[in-house]
Amino acid sequence: MAEVIESASVGEVKEYIVSRVGDEQYGIDISYVDNIVRMQSVTRVPKTQPYFIGVINLRGEIIPVMDLRKKLELEENELTSATRIIIIKPEQSALLGLLVDEVREVVSLAVEDIEDVQHDSNGEYNMYVTGVGKYKDTLISLINVAGIIDD
Amino acid sequence: MDLSQYLEIFIDETKEHLQTLNDQVLIMEQDPNNSDTVNEIFRAAHSLKGMAGTMGFKRMQRLTHDLENVFSEIRNGKISVTPDIVDIVFKCLDALEGYLANIQESADEGTEDNEEIINLLNAALDGGSYSAPVSEPEAPAEEAPAAASASEDASSSKSSNGDKAKFHELALADFEVKAMKDAVANGMHVYGATVYIQETCILKAARAFLVFKGIESVGEVAKSEPSVQDIEDEKFDFDFSVFVISEKDIDQVEKVMSNVSEIQEVVIEEFNPDNAKIASSDAKTEEAEEEAPAVQEAPAEHAAAPAAKKEPEKKSTDTNKKKPVVNRSVRVDIEKLDDLMNLVSELIIAKNGLVSVSANEAGNHNQQFNEQIEYLERITTNLHESVMKVRMVPIESVVNRFPRMIRDISKKLNKEMELIMTGEETELDRTVIDEIGDPLMHMLRNAADHGLENTLDRIKLGKPRVGTIRLDAYQDGNNVTIEVSDDGKGVDAEKVKASAVKKGAITEEQAEKMSDKEAIDLLFRPAFSTAEKVSDLSGRGVGLDVVKSKIEGLGGDVEVSTVLGEGTTFTVRLPLTLAIIQALMVDIREEKYAIPLSSIVTVEDIPASEVKLVQNKEVINLRGNVIPLVRLSEELDFEPLDEEPESLVVVIVKKGDKQAGLVIDNLIGQQEIVIKPLGKYIYIHKMFSGATILGDGEVALILDTNTLL
Repeated sequence: MAEVIESASVGEVKEYIVSRVGDEQYGIDISYVDNIVRMQSVTRVPKTQPYFIGVINLRGEIIPVMDLRKKLELEENELTSATRIIIIKPEQSALLGLLVDEVREVVSLAVEDIEDVQHDSNGEYNMYVTGVGKYKDTLISLINVAGIIDD
Repeated sequence: MDLSQYLEIFIDETKEHLQTLNDQVLIMEQDPNNSDTVNEIFRAAHSLKGMAGTMGFKRMQRLTHDLENVFSEIRNGKISVTPDIVDIVFKCLDALEGYLANIQESADEGTEDNEEIINLLNAALDGGSYSAPVSEPEAPAEEAPAAASASEDASSSKSSNGDKAKFHELALADFEVKAMKDAVANGMHVYGATVYIQETCILKAARAFLVFKGIESVGEVAKSEPSVQDIEDEKFDFDFSVFVISEKDIDQVEKVMSNVSEIQEVVIEEFNPDNAKIASSDAKTEEAEEEAPAVQEAPAEHAAAPAAKKEPEKKSTDTNKKKPVVNRSVRVDIEKLDDLMNLVSELIIAKNGLVSVSANEAGNHNQQFNEQIEYLERITTNLHESVMKVRMVPIESVVNRFPRMIRDISKKLNKEMELIMTGEETELDRTVIDEIGDPLMHMLRNAADHGLENTLDRIKLGKPRVGTIRLDAYQDGNNVTIEVSDDGKGVDAEKVKASAVKKGAITEEQAEKMSDKEAIDLLFRPAFSTAEKVSDLSGRGVGLDVVKSKIEGLGGDVEVSTVLGEGTTFTVRLPLTLAIIQALMVDIREEKYAIPLSSIVTVEDIPASEVKLVQNKEVINLRGNVIPLVRLSEELDFEPLDEEPESLVVVIVKKGDKQAGLVIDNLIGQQEIVIKPLGKYIYIHKMFSGATILGDGEVALILDTNTLL
């Protein structure tokens, strides 16, 4: 398959917000994204799932924040000034924050650019990723929003 | 005419009438000779028939008509009240409720004719001496005289023609006379008119409204008596008087008024403002005063009128004289109230923000700023209370169906029992009211079916023959407590244990160690029932666990206490409000938590040396009470400190008669907080009932102390 840049003339094109988590790039379907906010004071919630760092207050609404590194079982890293919380809206009237190391850009991917793999290099099924998008010379893992909230 | 706009009124009033009928028939069953009750039943049935007829619900009208005939004969003493008749009447009321349910759903009464019930009613009539044909579906001829007799007094006072132009008696204010004189000067006409509505009219306010609308098409209303507001609220008898300013001639004006249906008569004359009675002039005060009592009488007479919207009869008899029967009220969609509540919540959060800013900059601003902040605090607190009050509904609306239910159960099980209810006026938030009916009903059924012994057994045991079930509601601080109790056989803890072991819910060892109280709490486990026989009513094992989860879902809790052989009491505690509470803010290490003030007894400083170990659990002895300690820092997964502080800050909390001491690090203070949900997807341990946003925008979790006890 040839490398296709930006919008492809064939088939459907989707936009993704690309963020860095550890050394990898992850893309989130932009139609889920409500907002992107800087790191802010997070209230810990004892006894919750380990990959939730707690809850934040966004304009009077309390939103749980999930650490994507922990969710994707990556190594822990320190918070930096580039750390962002991507607020997504998986369903009507329910928000969720995703902690990422950096938000990079918005890319358009045509359907042909996406390899529909739900299995990682070890051949294990990965319910958190719907596929891998090729953009310029990098690979972007596309996050399966339904998969990460389904626990 | 389009009746759909009256459908809601019809549904509400029909509900009230049916409730009145249910209540009164229960009284009649006990005391068949009470003529007040029979009259009240007759009136309610009659109104119901008229309303159903007006709205075009023929089947409903027919059934009510036959029901009314039966009551009519009872009232006339021609047939006597027997249990059979009461049963038929209740069947009939259930059928009417069925019609109402259909109407509520689809604005149509459905196609069920309920022939069987009609035949039963007619058979009951034949059993008496009455033999006139009763099965005609519509009987307008009968309706009129019956109505006339119901309000006989009202009609006799205005039979002579001369008195009919009541508008002559009206006292006018100066400005009203001036407006009329100006109109005459401009070549307009001023007419005085008194409008009589047919006494069989059910929706007279609606008719009056149409008359006013008609007048507005040809002129304007200069004055009306009673006031337009009172007429809209149905606070008038069957007539009202108006002064109309119009440029049209008298026939045209009369025509628009008398064209409205169910208007019996319009008495209209040209009116000369120079002859007006001036309300403020001394010479006329006497007559003006004569007018006043006449107007005040209206609500009292109105109470007797068939269409009167009234509270259940028991109350209305003694409150009638003091205040008008019809409350001045507005119907509001509950969603609008929810919106209002949310806005108040946001306002309180914003206010807390301001308070925290002003506290952080203490000394930097002047006295006036602080005063304004305090003022704002007072207003938001009052606003919150007002909105809360608007949302409050007496539990009466839920519990008033229970006497009937207990009666039916009593018949079905052939056990003699009575239900005593107190505190029906206790108010709860509307959202709680909507949910609490089923759990209460379940507990009552439980009491009737499992709690009370058979009548024979009761006699053998030397207990009163008639079993008593009580439902007592009262407000207790920020909670409302509802107790459902019976004087039956109580719960046998050993039997519960044995049953639980048999079902594999607990092991035999566990059963041996278990205290009686713990054993009885097993009743709230899913799929648990000690009834040896499964009956229609209960004993299928779905029940108390559902009751418990429903009540806990409302932020409340339920407890059971029982004395073998003497009875069982279920105590339900519910929060008054669901959204905004007073809380004590505390520090635990570097985090802030909120503890609802309603569950706190005291806050104590306890020297660390006074903490004792009992069965390896930490306790303190507080003024003779041994209270278990809960170290919140451990519960919240903090690492233990290297060094114990010398003194512990302990918040004593209660749940029913249980207490516990929560060890915290620091008190911050009392604050009004808004409970917010913690969002989806994240797992929330049950020790947290929600979260709140603090003045500085940070989130603090709210501890549910009930789960820590």
